[in-house]
Amino acid sequence: MRPEDSSDLAPATAAAGAVEPDAVERAPAAAVPARTRKPLRRRPLGASLLLLVALGLVGAVYSLFAPANADVDAPGSAQAGRELFLANCSSCHGTQGQGSSAGPTLVGVGAASVEFQVGTGRMPLAQPGAQAPRDYVRFSDEEIADMAAYVATLGPGPSIPSDEDLDLSEADVTRGGDIFRTNCTMCHNYAGSGGALTEGKYAPSVNQTSPRHIYEAMLTGPQNMPVFADSQLTPEMKRDVIAYIKTSSEHPSPGITGLGALGPSAEGLFGWVVALGLLLACAVWLTQKAK
Amino acid sequence: MSMLGDAAGGAGRYLDDRLGLAKVVRKNIRKVFPDHWSFMLGEITLYSFIILLLSGTFLTLFFDPSMTETVYNGAYGPLRGEEMSRAYASALEISFEVRGGLIMRHIHHWAALIFIAGMVVHAFRTFFTGAFRKPREINWLLGVALLVLGLLEGFMGYSLPDDLLSGTGLRIAEGVILSIPLVGSYILMFFFGGEFPGVDLIPRMYMVHILLVPGLILALIAAHVGLVTYHKHTQYPGAGRTEKNVVGYPLLPVYAAKAGGFFFVVFGVICGIAALVPINPIWQYGPYDPSEVTAGSQPDWYIGFLEGSLRLMPNWEIEFWGNTLSLNVLIPSLVVPGIMFTIFALYPFIEAWVTGDKREHHILDRPRNQPVRTGLGVMFITSYTILWIAGGNDIIAITFGLSINAITWFMRIAFFVLPPLAFWVTKRACLGLQHRDKDKVLHGRETGILMQLPHGEFIEVHEPITPEERWRLTSQEIQRPAALPASADGNGVAPRGALAGKLRSKVSRWYFEDRVEPATPADVHELESSGGHH
Ligand code: HEC
Ligand code: HEC
Repeated sequence: MRPEDSSDLAPATAAAGAVEPDAVERAPAAAVPARTRKPLRRRPLGASLLLLVALGLVGAVYSLFAPANADVDAPGSAQAGRELFLANCSSCHGTQGQGSSAGPTLVGVGAASVEFQVGTGRMPLAQPGAQAPRDYVRFSDEEIADMAAYVATLGPGPSIPSDEDLDLSEADVTRGGDIFRTNCTMCHNYAGSGGALTEGKYAPSVNQTSPRHIYEAMLTGPQNMPVFADSQLTPEMKRDVIAYIKTSSEHPSPGITGLGALGPSAEGLFGWVVALGLLLACAVWLTQKAK
Repeated sequence: MSMLGDAAGGAGRYLDDRLGLAKVVRKNIRKVFPDHWSFMLGEITLYSFIILLLSGTFLTLFFDPSMTETVYNGAYGPLRGEEMSRAYASALEISFEVRGGLIMRHIHHWAALIFIAGMVVHAFRTFFTGAFRKPREINWLLGVALLVLGLLEGFMGYSLPDDLLSGTGLRIAEGVILSIPLVGSYILMFFFGGEFPGVDLIPRMYMVHILLVPGLILALIAAHVGLVTYHKHTQYPGAGRTEKNVVGYPLLPVYAAKAGGFFFVVFGVICGIAALVPINPIWQYGPYDPSEVTAGSQPDWYIGFLEGSLRLMPNWEIEFWGNTLSLNVLIPSLVVPGIMFTIFALYPFIEAWVTGDKREHHILDRPRNQPVRTGLGVMFITSYTILWIAGGNDIIAITFGLSINAITWFMRIAFFVLPPLAFWVTKRACLGLQHRDKDKVLHGRETGILMQLPHGEFIEVHEPITPEERWRLTSQEIQRPAALPASADGNGVAPRGALAGKLRSKVSRWYFEDRVEPATPADVHELESSGGHH
């Protein structure tokens, strides 16, 4: 069953929520509200002023049009979150979350980003590298909620998805598959088992990720992943994608699993080493002189 | 017993009277085949091909090579309701609904990978042992043709299910065809019957995949094996083996039993793997849609070297008169493999020209006794392997946590540096092994036992080798560089072909300058009379 609601998509995202396929290199394109992370380059004063005014305007327009995401009332306690933040995160992200040379600003990243980053163990970052890897989770759910609430007070950003957002009972798995293949497989592989990006970066496997974190990954676009804002992938479509990932990764794979998810390279290696190796061993055995 | 014998005799006479088989059969069942594991490589290939024919026939019963759009309504949940071609839908049906269909697909695919891998290993056995020399050059060419057909056949099989991976492969093939200057777009129209992907390609490829190419392969295999029987099999050097005889087992009963048994071994191994290890999970790829791509898109292993050379090539294009010459595709996917396959096919003729050798050879070379040829072979394998590995640079990057850019640059440099290095190392290693052989002949085998002589000196005890082994180690012929042709006649006029002669003698020097000549009886004699000391 295909819902007929695809008409409310932006023109560029016509078929099944397609995002510009050239999103592979660096993500949030025009469709995503400006989130300035890099310091502005030194420019003649007039130009910078103009830029500031323009940015202010964009910000103002953004906060007008993004009311759903901008609410600050994350479930945790912002006060307790601040304490945790100062103790664990401020060394890199600054005491006001304004960022430092060791970490980006968290102003406007939203509660969803914190829950994703800390909830998948990426933060606090253990050591600098090509990208923050998934790691063991170092905080309780409550502590994460507190920090998320605190970061949400720094500036409007995507909030934590509600339980309705994550209710998969109505989801359309087939459409989710379409959306997944159009938007995600180019980085995450057809089986969701991950793929390499440039310069040692990679898109990790999504098969073990909880629905909540998949949702938040799409909302916040961590690191090299593009942001899939609700204007590009509606909450309904996000649920379809999650349902597809869950169904297909739980589909029993015949025989020894794992090999199929890496594609023909792994099959070829297996063919040469194991299959041909076995056959050669048999040939040697057959032609041995009888003793 | 005697009744059975009578019946068999009667049947035999009946057939002989009508087909004249007795002579042919009598001659052939006494044919002798030498026994060595490396002579079974061709058999692995032949048997995988038979398995391909059997499993392929099964698949044709259920596969529908049609691009007609349909809505999937089969057993695999995550795709139900999806629009797809009949081809893909029927491939899914084979995987999920046809009894035994999935394992047949696995058998067919694994057998294909092994078929080509076996062919490659068999070719290199032939190469390194010099089995391509006169009178077997034509058979070498037949082998190369089989290899090329095998690659083509495999690629088409990979493309038929019309899943996302197939389509991506065809997309690349389209780019390669388009990169051919001038005629590219015409050739493309001819094959695809219109714009990519079109509706004609899959049915056309299907016909070629199940009829034309297998037919050709079968005919070539018949010719290939026929020539092997006609030339008689080569054999490794050893006592009692000459250029005029073949030492081994007769076809009946020993060899036939072994070969027949080996067929079932190959069948068993392939089925075992097919049952345990899934291959090409088409349902995960989803139907082909030109707007989709997936990470981890890779060809089957035998096309991997082309993929790798594409990935290594810098992005060069030449613009002229509004046309684009896509060197970035043309060079890696047509020029490089073209050169590689041409050299590979012509090598027997090149070497024959260098050595000027017109005699027949039925005794194989031990690879170490041909340092330059062996070095060239390893050099070729090295270049090929680098391209092949580069084709999986993304998988390597993600598996080992490396940077894909660093891997690509490493491979680019390696492609030019490693092959010559491999040549040099191999040649040195061969010469070293030859020295060791010579030592063994002259001083016997090292036993590792030290002995103290009465006056205090320590010596290692050497054990003399058997005469058979001595023969094996010394029977190779000595090859020396060809002499420079007489440069000019009395009037200072260079004879015809002098330039070619000069070139030949140069190449020949390069081939045979460094050599270890095997121990001669005189050496042995001298050593014995000097009391075995050195
Ligand atoms: C060692 C330094 C370091 C520490 C400690 C650290 N972070 Fe980070 N954090 C980073 C860096 C670097 C990035 C950017 C990663 C990237 O984009 O490659 C980042 C990114 C983030 C982001 C994503 C920002 C965005 O743009 O979406 C969030 C959210 C975040 N950190 C939260 C936290 C929280 C919460 C803590 C404390 C529990 C924390 N970090 C501790 C270095 C650190
Ligand atoms: C441009 C490539 C790219 C695309 C397209 C992309 N992602 Fe990602 N994705 C990434 C990268 C890179 C990361 C790792 C980010 C990090 O480590 O912080 C990631 C991380 C994730 C994670 C977190 C996995 C985990 O548990 O560690 C999920 C879930 C995810 N992506 C889902 C999706 C979905 C769903 C889509 C399609 C709607 C998608 N991604 C599209 C690059 C991509």
